[in-house]
Amino acid sequence: MVALHLSAENFKQEVLEAKGKVLVDFFATWCGPCRMMSPIVDQLADELADVKVCKVDIDQAEALATEYGVEVVPTFIVFENGEAVKSVSGVMPKPVIMDMLK
Amino acid sequence: MADKMTDIIIIGGGTAGMTAAVYAGRAGRSVKVLEQSIHGGQIINTSHVENFPGFDNIAGFEFATALYDQAVKFGAEFVYAKVTGIENADGFKRVLTANGHYDAKAVIIATGARPRPIGVAGEEKFVGRGISFCATCDGAFYKGKTVAVIGGGNTALDDAVVLSQLAEKVYLIHRRQEFRAEKQLVEKVHKPENIEFILDTVVTGLKGDKRLEGLELENKVTGEESELAVDGVFVAIGQMPENGMFKNVVEVDAGGYIVAGEDCKTSCPGIFAAGDGRTKKVRQLTTAAADGTVAALAASEYIG
Repeated sequence: MVALHLSAENFKQEVLEAKGKVLVDFFATWCGPCRMMSPIVDQLADELADVKVCKVDIDQAEALATEYGVEVVPTFIVFENGEAVKSVSGVMPKPVIMDMLK
Repeated sequence: MADKMTDIIIIGGGTAGMTAAVYAGRAGRSVKVLEQSIHGGQIINTSHVENFPGFDNIAGFEFATALYDQAVKFGAEFVYAKVTGIENADGFKRVLTANGHYDAKAVIIATGARPRPIGVAGEEKFVGRGISFCATCDGAFYKGKTVAVIGGGNTALDDAVVLSQLAEKVYLIHRRQEFRAEKQLVEKVHKPENIEFILDTVVTGLKGDKRLEGLELENKVTGEESELAVDGVFVAIGQMPENGMFKNVVEVDAGGYIVAGEDCKTSCPGIFAAGDGRTKKVRQLTTAAADGTVAALAASEYIG
């Protein structure tokens, strides 16, 4: 399973109204570090059964990026029962993201 | 975590480290690359590379990914670990990490460098809130806004040009009159009408509460002080190595660079230095690749 691509339209349903943990990768297509992280995010989507893993293209959903204070891409935000609980920006190894989800 | 002996451990998975992995792997050596973040190194922040021989134009990300695939193809094993030091053991080297150690017959230090901060008070709290070290990453957040770029080298001028296409206004702040960037870039940076040059000037302070709102400037020639309102500042004033953890085994100069010549040999036999973290004059993608080559072959020769 690859990460679910979200739009401004389905963000509410897939993230805010979701039960449990959701990892959202706010990325941009023009950002090298984002593209480095992209396969790792897909791996997490594949490996983590109990976490929903999503991606938001900030150019397609500018309002979402603004709402969550995303000023750096990539930014990873962990939502728990619809609430943003943790956030981290930049490139990072997979174990760091996995730790955030514990 | 005990581990069996590896022929060559490479610390750092940037261009130098991954090139060393390709050469060492092809030489039939077992190779581990220890990387604390993600493979690729600084080049992943560069939008387009136009000066790597044979490539007219390649994205930094694509270059790094291709090099990684190549290193893996020749047998390199990438381990995500933060290295804390090296110990000289009896006939081998022990590389210490936050999660245990790894033993190797030879070590190549290719830790590179990270962007140098401005060095003014309050800087840390504004990183990600107005201060950025990567125009290609964060430039789009400044669409229609006013930004400054600090620096006079290739990165600074490239950043200014990239930002001039996004921001309303770009100030290029440089401590001298002349730019040390390549001539072609100097010409390019003078073309956009929304780039304004503030020369002979350094940043002495930051203004703002929750996020950056402006810069305090000082003209180095006249001594005149001024303030400049900006929404963001992109810092491109060079690089800083991080080799403090290796001081006990290899000679490190005052700037933090590992002392080694073009043969990549450090003061300690069996430990080699490659890439931007080594004492040298030119720090480019090509020279990082060259160092990786030289260090891998030297390490292989050392092992015998």
